[in-house]
Amino acid sequence: MWIYEKKLEYPIRVSYTNPRLAKEVITQYGGPDGELAASLRYLTQRYTMPIPQAKAVLTDIGTEELAHMEIVAALVYNLIKHASVDEIKAAGLDDYYADHDRALYFVNAAGAPWVASYIQSKGDPIADLHEDLAAEQKARATYEYLIQLSDDPDVTDALRFLREREVVHFQRFGETLNLVHEWMDSKNVF
Amino acid sequence: MDQRRRDLLCIMELEFAAIDLNLFLDTHPEDQRALADYNAVSQELMRAKMAFESRYGPIMNFGCGISHGTWRWVEEPWPWELCFNREE
Ligand SMILES: [Fe+2]
Repeated sequence: MWIYEKKLEYPIRVSYTNPRLAKEVITQYGGPDGELAASLRYLTQRYTMPIPQAKAVLTDIGTEELAHMEIVAALVYNLIKHASVDEIKAAGLDDYYADHDRALYFVNAAGAPWVASYIQSKGDPIADLHEDLAAEQKARATYEYLIQLSDDPDVTDALRFLREREVVHFQRFGETLNLVHEWMDSKNVF
Repeated sequence: MDQRRRDLLCIMELEFAAIDLNLFLDTHPEDQRALADYNAVSQELMRAKMAFESRYGPIMNFGCGISHGTWRWVEEPWPWELCFNREE
């Protein structure tokens, strides 16, 4: 069960219409290291975690990633909602516009749609948690590239918040991996 | 910034503290100091949400809040329609 809260996790500011920046930022909505992939990965891996703390971590981080997906969507929405067709063409967002107008859709920066093969659910908690650690680092790196590409300090502020959360998630997944190793040692599981 | 945005910011700050403490507690469930902080923040957050809801309508759906007068859940703005630009 999930409850919706009528608020974002972090307050966003968008200074001006900027379809060029929207075209890059949308990769964290539907790209390989984006927030949809993150949330679905954790929320589907949780079922086969062997210890209660790992089930809690994957449930809670997966849920927080849904909130991040919503922040990214709100950024993209506000960056393009007032864009003229001429501005959209100039930004190279015309291919996207042909299929989606100014609606939100799950694509990477190059326009390729989200695919389930971005994520894995292996059933082996060590393999899954290592994937999660790598996923957090890839998301952190993507936010750093987006910060370099951003010419809007207000959007950069939200990207910094999202980057920081990936660092925290990496830390929690590392602790979870240690707890699973301890559990395996205590059980002599190989 | 209007009063509604200021009130919402206060809720966002409290809830962010709760989220971060929650994740920490998931891997440190025996940490009594973090637990005391989590419980204190959660109580303050619940109070702030109840005060917000009585002025502006429900902030959570499906029975997690009360709507006074009319069903105010449907009222705008939705989260993506609300920017926190300094001049607003
Ligand atoms: Fe994350």
